[in-house]
Amino acid sequence: MEAVFSNFDEYLKAFGVTLALFIVSGLASLVLGLILAALRVGPVSVMRRAAGLYVTIFRNTPLLMIFVFMAAAMPKLGYNFKWVENIEIAGWSVSAFFVRSTIALTLYTSAFVCEAFRSGVNSVDVGQAEASRAIGLTFLQSMRYVVLPQALRAVVPPLTSVQVALIKNTSVAAAFGMAEATATMRSFTNDYGSQRPEIFLLFAIGYIIIVEVVALSSYALERKWKVA
Amino acid sequence: MSGNVLYDAPGPRTIARHRLYSVLTWLSLVAVIGFFVWRMQDTGQLEYDKWEVFLTPSYIEVILQGLLDTLLMAFGAIIFAVVFGLIFGVGKLSEHAWLRWPSWLVVEFFRAVPVLMLMIFLFYLLAVGDGPLSPMWCVIIALTLYNGSVLAEVFRAGVNAVPRGQVEAAYALGMRKTQVMVQIQLPQAVKMMLPALISQCVVALKDTSLGSYILAPGLTFVYKQVTLDFKNQVPTALVIAAIYILVNLVLTAIATVLQRRLVGERKMLDVPMVAGVGVSGTDGGRAV
Repeated sequence: MEAVFSNFDEYLKAFGVTLALFIVSGLASLVLGLILAALRVGPVSVMRRAAGLYVTIFRNTPLLMIFVFMAAAMPKLGYNFKWVENIEIAGWSVSAFFVRSTIALTLYTSAFVCEAFRSGVNSVDVGQAEASRAIGLTFLQSMRYVVLPQALRAVVPPLTSVQVALIKNTSVAAAFGMAEATATMRSFTNDYGSQRPEIFLLFAIGYIIIVEVVALSSYALERKWKVA
Repeated sequence: MSGNVLYDAPGPRTIARHRLYSVLTWLSLVAVIGFFVWRMQDTGQLEYDKWEVFLTPSYIEVILQGLLDTLLMAFGAIIFAVVFGLIFGVGKLSEHAWLRWPSWLVVEFFRAVPVLMLMIFLFYLLAVGDGPLSPMWCVIIALTLYNGSVLAEVFRAGVNAVPRGQVEAAYALGMRKTQVMVQIQLPQAVKMMLPALISQCVVALKDTSLGSYILAPGLTFVYKQVTLDFKNQVPTALVIAAIYILVNLVLTAIATVLQRRLVGERKMLDVPMVAGVGVSGTDGGRAV
């Protein structure tokens, strides 16, 4: 136990990096996924197919391979994202590792976010859309006033499982130079051979807390938006 | 909901507008691909000696061996996971609290912990130094624990999806609780679950790639070896990723066929919080 408690600041810092990875790529994947979902339900067939191709490719590629692309292959093509380290805002700057990791996580997760949104739109009853067409709403209006508000409600549970998966997927960044929770656990288990089970348990609890917070807040949201 | 409900059949002006959008989409797609190819050309990634590996028979053998190891780990993990899931899924359904709560705890724990972390822990515990197991077994065990707890939820949902009247009828015939579970509920649940099971294979297959972090064999390990020797990161990443995608598409196709054969047009089993990193067998029903 004291392996973790005597290095508790390191433990907290590690989960801070995990959280930062989760929040940044979570928000970015919501935006990208929403755009992709809009393309996938839109009227232009080429856009539908392009977004579908994106989803197929990124859903079937292991996250590790996407990390490999961002961290090992992109520098070979001349993109190492080192330039972000020169940008400094109020004394803070992000590392190139962090940018690569968030891009990889965003590309991967947005494919699942897209599918979650699409399933939400699909869950709205056809009659609702027909009725909105019948009273003369345009595509944008019926989306804005009828379909999307209902879809948003249905989309909360699948989006939650996507974001929970993202929390766990941030651990893959450990293999690419981020000192987040999993990498820190590895270095702890390396240094304190006799306390491996305790170290594992304490790091597992850290993940469980983050997962539970996200799951419970989504549950609260779901209940708040529930139609009586 | 089919897309065409959302908007009218397009008139001539809309058709023209859509055509413009199509052309713009095509142009930007071509631009993206063209830019990528140009960058590859510019940085010398298209040179023959960087691709020669994939035409050399001995290296093709190495890659195929990696694919075989990956498949072996994935299917091994899924088979053990089915057993694990059966035990804990039925455990969670038990009427006895002393059985239900531990099963619940185990399932929740292994679902919330990242697979990679589990792998590293098992690696240090069981494989480092004179450990009794190879890294490959650590990958299989880690994937068994994770996928098993996911499948436990799938089993539970499958059993719950069997119409209540069947259970009542079985009890009315004088069957015991175990008989009802084994002879009535489980066979139907398994049939309903098969597509979800195949989809879980895709998840397991993707997660075996993490094994390279603990030096287990497999496709990503082959990637490491090949790029160490030939410094051809871009071509190798493209080839390895393509292999993963192809295998997963085949698995997804099998899941779709099973869905049609066994479950019919009904939606796939709806299991909340499950398969977050997964792929649905059919594109229509489930989100992830």
